[in-house]
Amino acid sequence: MAYSEKVVDHYENPRNVGSFDKSDATVGTGVVGAPECGDVMKLQIKVNPETGVIEDAKFKTFGCGSAIASSSLATEWMKGKTLDEAEAIKNTDIVQELSLPPVKIHCSVLAEDAIKAAVHDYEEKAGIAH
Amino acid sequence: MAIQFPIYLDHNSTTPMDPRVLEEMTPFFLNDFGNASSRNHAFGWAAEKGVDNARAQVASLIGASPKEIVWTSGATESNNLAIKGAAEMYASKGKHLISAIHEHKAVLDPIKRLQKQGYEVTWLEPGEDGIITAEQVQDAIRDDTVLVSLMWANNELGTINQIPEIGAVCKSKDVLLHTDATQWVGKMPTDVEAAGVDLLSATGHKFYGPKGCGFLYVRRRRPRVRLTALIDGGGHERGMRSGTLNVPGIVGVGAAAALCEAEMSDDAIRLGKLKKKLEDGITAKLDMAVINGHPTERLPHTTNISFPYVEGESLMMAIKEIAVSSGSACTSASLEPSYVLKALGLGDELAHSSIRFGMGRITTEEEIDYTIDKVVTNVQKLLDLSPLWEMVQEGIDINTVEWGAH
Repeated sequence: MAYSEKVVDHYENPRNVGSFDKSDATVGTGVVGAPECGDVMKLQIKVNPETGVIEDAKFKTFGCGSAIASSSLATEWMKGKTLDEAEAIKNTDIVQELSLPPVKIHCSVLAEDAIKAAVHDYEEKAGIAH
Repeated sequence: MAIQFPIYLDHNSTTPMDPRVLEEMTPFFLNDFGNASSRNHAFGWAAEKGVDNARAQVASLIGASPKEIVWTSGATESNNLAIKGAAEMYASKGKHLISAIHEHKAVLDPIKRLQKQGYEVTWLEPGEDGIITAEQVQDAIRDDTVLVSLMWANNELGTINQIPEIGAVCKSKDVLLHTDATQWVGKMPTDVEAAGVDLLSATGHKFYGPKGCGFLYVRRRRPRVRLTALIDGGGHERGMRSGTLNVPGIVGVGAAAALCEAEMSDDAIRLGKLKKKLEDGITAKLDMAVINGHPTERLPHTTNISFPYVEGESLMMAIKEIAVSSGSACTSASLEPSYVLKALGLGDELAHSSIRFGMGRITTEEEIDYTIDKVVTNVQKLLDLSPLWEMVQEGIDINTVEWGAH
């Protein structure tokens, strides 16, 4: 399968690879997917408790090139956004940005789920009702 | 010698045609274009001579008589003819067949069709080593068993079934043995007499011949095996496979067979060393890597290695200048992990990240050195990216994690 240039770029130079301490109160962690499905994404956000802005984001992904690119892109997009803004990121935006083919749409869905899971994890820790 | 990219390490899928084979074929496209069935003119005689010569070459490669070779379009047709043809011919004797769950689809699907038509099938399961033993076959044979169909070497793993031992069991029980020897013939010494094989499928393009032409060995003595034809028509190939013979293709398969007979032992020694180098080079640097299938009972040119916690397709993408095949079926239409690896009882996360390396006549040591380096570097990179590997490093057993549904 031919990948789009942007997928290849994110795959070869993934942005924001790594992990934060998930016990840190300012960190939200989302882990989605399952090994038997071939995709597991871990997305983490570091939130400024004063402003509610995501100051940093990191990811690790087990999955195909499109899954790696989707999560790499998600971390880029989340940085500097408020929690609500981050939650508004749609999988279709990722599909469009990376020109994902139909068989790879599930990668973008997973990325959206990971964003939401990370935000919810932070909110739960911070006691923010949702 | 400078490496030519991309590097071809997918010889279990197909092999490049040997230029010496093309040379033999060319006259039969041009001057000697006759129909091998034209008995009354020189064009037909020339074509027939080419076919007869090729039949003798192929027979010699597998220890058969030339009269026992039936030309087909390839191994898929050979498997269909052997399985369906024998099942139908001997239906009055019984309707029980024996095969294994990790056979090639070209064996599984014809048998499954027969199953729908009322045949009973015993599906043997390999151990973790990927091998079917003679004991398993012995235990599965019943009074109404007519055919055992087991591959000589597995296409994904390169593992070798105990065909001569299985042949002896089948002989003693008066049951026919068909073997899909697509990965075996031309690579390893083959003697259908010594192995007690009654039907054997092979195809030219797996041993440096042309695509679109293969053969089925059909035993003529002790016992004389008869088959119901799949294709009716002019009665070619002793009535077992009608249709004008693909003379250039057949000549090519014969030429490729002769070259293999002369060169395969040297090839096997050279490729066996390269395979060892590849396996040792990778496992020395990546201690999580697992070589699939039996440690020694494997083809000299094939290895299948799992990289747990790394996803297969992303690894393929990282090493895209090396043409290999991935156990992750993300490369094909479905998202299912390989059924062959699953048959070995591998966990899904293993099955999702395995690569088959298939070496061949054109493979060089430089290519293997490059491959080791490229695979090691990129697996390490993907491990750094892998949340599963991180969990394992933290001491978490990922099999006990409750994963979300997706």
